[in-house]
Amino acid sequence: MISKLVESAAQALADIPDGATILIGGFGAAGQPVELIDALLAQGAKDLVIVNNNAGNGTTGLAALLGAGRVRKIICSFPRQADSQIFDGLYRAGKLELELVPQGTLAERIRAAGAGIGGFYTPTAYGTPLADGKETRELNGKHYVFELPLHADYALIKADRADRWGNLTYRKTARNFGPIMASAAKIAVAQVREIAELGELDPEAIVTPGIFVKRVVRVSAAAAKEQQ
Amino acid sequence: MSAKLTRDQMAARVARDIPEGAYVNLGIGLPTLVANHLPADREIVLHTENGMLGMGPAPAKGQEDPDLINASKQPVTQVPGTAFFHHADSFAMMRGGHLDFCVLGAFQVSMNGDLANWHTGAADAIPAVGGAMDLASGAKQVFVMMELTTREGQSKLVPQCTYPLTGVRCVSRVYTDAAVFDIRPDGVYVIDTFGDIEPAELERVTGLPLRFEIPVAR
Repeated sequence: MISKLVESAAQALADIPDGATILIGGFGAAGQPVELIDALLAQGAKDLVIVNNNAGNGTTGLAALLGAGRVRKIICSFPRQADSQIFDGLYRAGKLELELVPQGTLAERIRAAGAGIGGFYTPTAYGTPLADGKETRELNGKHYVFELPLHADYALIKADRADRWGNLTYRKTARNFGPIMASAAKIAVAQVREIAELGELDPEAIVTPGIFVKRVVRVSAAAAKEQQ
Repeated sequence: MSAKLTRDQMAARVARDIPEGAYVNLGIGLPTLVANHLPADREIVLHTENGMLGMGPAPAKGQEDPDLINASKQPVTQVPGTAFFHHADSFAMMRGGHLDFCVLGAFQVSMNGDLANWHTGAADAIPAVGGAMDLASGAKQVFVMMELTTREGQSKLVPQCTYPLTGVRCVSRVYTDAAVFDIRPDGVYVIDTFGDIEPAELERVTGLPLRFEIPVAR
């Protein structure tokens, strides 16, 4: 019998080694896998490469992971926020490597990794500093920049409901990077609000099929609220 | 210059040019104001890059849903007909040429439509690009909304951008507090002016050769 359900966030992340590349879902607070990030902080792996749209807010979650010196490099589109002081300090001190990627290119690199695409030409960033050093090509009169897929060892995402096969549904704009990140990692871990019986999720409403998901952890609403 | 438009008046001027049936992305900052001025008799679908078409206005206090936010990470609402989708689909809508308009803020726009709006290039500045480059290269029409001059009185419409570029030859129209500029292959056209600003003064402030094509009845 297939069961991807794991008892705790700690158990789901226990095997993450030092140096791992980890995709972390979320756009702002929506879709952010708060409990998984906290478990990663407690787990202790270091020298990490983190991929997220942002680079942490305030002093908790991803910001705390950065502040603890556990991250070697961050790949993101929008690190600068009103409350990104931990990232700002580390970046200015040269203690954290930043790879800045336009948001759509970030999403497509993740999608390409999950889809087995070896690279792609995108018009985004042509003629800008973010295309410096990259191969470019003119196709049908339009200029493109060559980009590589972004593979990862782990993905930590937040979904709404899951079944034991790992099928996932999402809620509103909390979907954001979840589906593509699940497909691009060797081990995708989803935290969810609720576990459904197999067959209970409407097959037409499943956004991430279980083939992309290795582990599922239920996070109770009460615990989620406490964490936030 | 006198009688410049307020930010809300600028937003209303942009909104007037968004037609019925358009799919539109409003960038963070000043352009978000445009949503408050879209004519009620036009059906216009707002796109937000974090995965939603059919974005509605801000919710009433107490009705916020943390899973329902816009690109500025502010709470929004959904309208009848709303669709949610993941990030790769959201940016396919831009790059794939499906989005009719985007409205972006800017540090500078050049006379040939180059856009600079993501980075000042200052040594200690934290760079952040978000979806700006994807929007600039993907939307069918890129509108910029900005004050014509900096606080120091320098024109932000320039012969050539000095800040790092967001996109090359991508801007089609620039809405400012003093005038509206259309950027065409054969030059920059002034298509609307506000208050009592004179053509000569616009040329002096921008330092650009301008052509004037202002409809008589405004």
